[in-house]
Amino acid sequence: MSTTHKPGAHGAQKDGDNTTGHEWDGIRELNTPLPTWWLYVFYATIAFALVWVLLYPAFPGTGWNGLLGRTARTDIAEQLAADRAQNEPVLARLRGMTPAAIIADPELRDFALAGGRVAFGNNCAGCHGAGGQGAPGFPSLADDEWLWGGKLADIQHSIEHGIRAPDDENTRMNQMPRFLADGMLTQAQVNDVAEHVLSLSGRAGNAVAAGRGAAVFAENCAACHGEQGQGNQEMGAPALNDAIWLYGGDKAAVVRSVSFSRAGVMPAWATRLDPATIRMLVVYLHALGGTQE
Amino acid sequence: MVPFFRRFSHALIERNLLLLGVLTLITISIGGLVQVVPLFTVESTIERVHGVRPYTPLELMGREIYVREGCYLCHSQMVRPFRDEAERYGHYSLAAESMYDRPFQWGSKRTGPDLARVGGRYSDDWHAMHLRDPRSLVPESIMPSYPFLDRPLSGVSVTERMKTMRAVGVPYTDEQIARAEADLAAQANPNVDGSGLTQRYARARQGVFDGDERRVTEMDALVAYLQMLGTLVDFTDVQPDAVKQR
Repeated sequence: MSTTHKPGAHGAQKDGDNTTGHEWDGIRELNTPLPTWWLYVFYATIAFALVWVLLYPAFPGTGWNGLLGRTARTDIAEQLAADRAQNEPVLARLRGMTPAAIIADPELRDFALAGGRVAFGNNCAGCHGAGGQGAPGFPSLADDEWLWGGKLADIQHSIEHGIRAPDDENTRMNQMPRFLADGMLTQAQVNDVAEHVLSLSGRAGNAVAAGRGAAVFAENCAACHGEQGQGNQEMGAPALNDAIWLYGGDKAAVVRSVSFSRAGVMPAWATRLDPATIRMLVVYLHALGGTQE
Repeated sequence: MVPFFRRFSHALIERNLLLLGVLTLITISIGGLVQVVPLFTVESTIERVHGVRPYTPLELMGREIYVREGCYLCHSQMVRPFRDEAERYGHYSLAAESMYDRPFQWGSKRTGPDLARVGGRYSDDWHAMHLRDPRSLVPESIMPSYPFLDRPLSGVSVTERMKTMRAVGVPYTDEQIARAEADLAAQANPNVDGSGLTQRYARARQGVFDGDERRVTEMDALVAYLQMLGTLVDFTDVQPDAVKQR
């Protein structure tokens, strides 16, 4: 058990040894006060808190708005308003113009390219890549192959309404059949038509199977993808006769596409982005890839 | 002259049991009041906006997976009221938007981006591919891969989860709890009639979130949850006065 000695008995620092005078079985307690600088900082934080409580709305439900009458929410409203006031004259002009007219005006074109690059990085790069290079399933925007057309108006429509976007009536929509899964073709026919598709881009595989696949292709695929597999941008049917493949161009990937179909989705951005931002994106993409006139 | 706090000695408090008791009570009371009193003011701090509803059964299960996998350790769900955040993510988060979160997922660190408004920004396919292998889409990503999410949704039943949520204050109706299993299955399969689902949960979206409509996986649930984050309040319709906290 411990014994607390009264200070009268021993007294703090009685022997000049800087203890509290407490002793337990011969162990004495050092008396080390808080450093003075620390103590002053501590008192300063209390004073700071009291000032803060007065300046800002610290008591919800009381209607107390603070002496400053400011909050982070009023601050950001002012900042955004100032930002708008600075950019609104140009943005308002952009909203009223077609992308072609913007490109024709050097000053607006520069503005749109800079703004479009930022908007692309924030909204588009997640799928299409930081440089628009794309990823498997997400088309490259930096080349001259287009799924739904590369004219300025086409690009604008794709951005505004998306591809197979839920909740947008004007979204770009097509539906490739699931030829194997829905029993429209047999496994052998799928294999043959895949060989034929590979031969369209000059890759020699099984020539006999490819020959059999030509008839299957003409009957099932050519209506959308074209007789020569050149594609049809009106319908969003990709070209099959080049080296650009959205879902991979090896035979396994082609067989999977024919068997189970593919249906990539892009959100509709008209409800998320300012019309001026969408026009800036169109101008930026026009400069990024080989667009069509 | 020696100021008061230099003359003051803690020995005074230590040797007076009554004084020690009273001062302890005052100190603890202040700490307690600071934590408790704000709870009585939620009526005035939650903004008056429309559209926020409890999670659908599938979204709720996705949220459980979000918590289980510790997503909040790297992703916040809190767009702060700063201009740069408004530019990148959209309108700052409102208290109203997380009023049915138990527990909230605001997070405190952003190794990855904020997710408070991620809903609808990407396609379902993107989310499923990105969760299975983030680097297949974002080469510089350091996010872990979650390929195991393609397993069937199992564990505690969604009905039990919703009852738990109701016990802690989420206003699920008896009908919503009774229909939980059916609503969960309907949201993950667009071939099923979803009119009951959208009637019970406004703006709920059916989809094949993991790319396979034949079964309901953890991936379905998590993607359904991610795709609704931040989409319930229509900010084109929100007046400045409505988001003012009183």
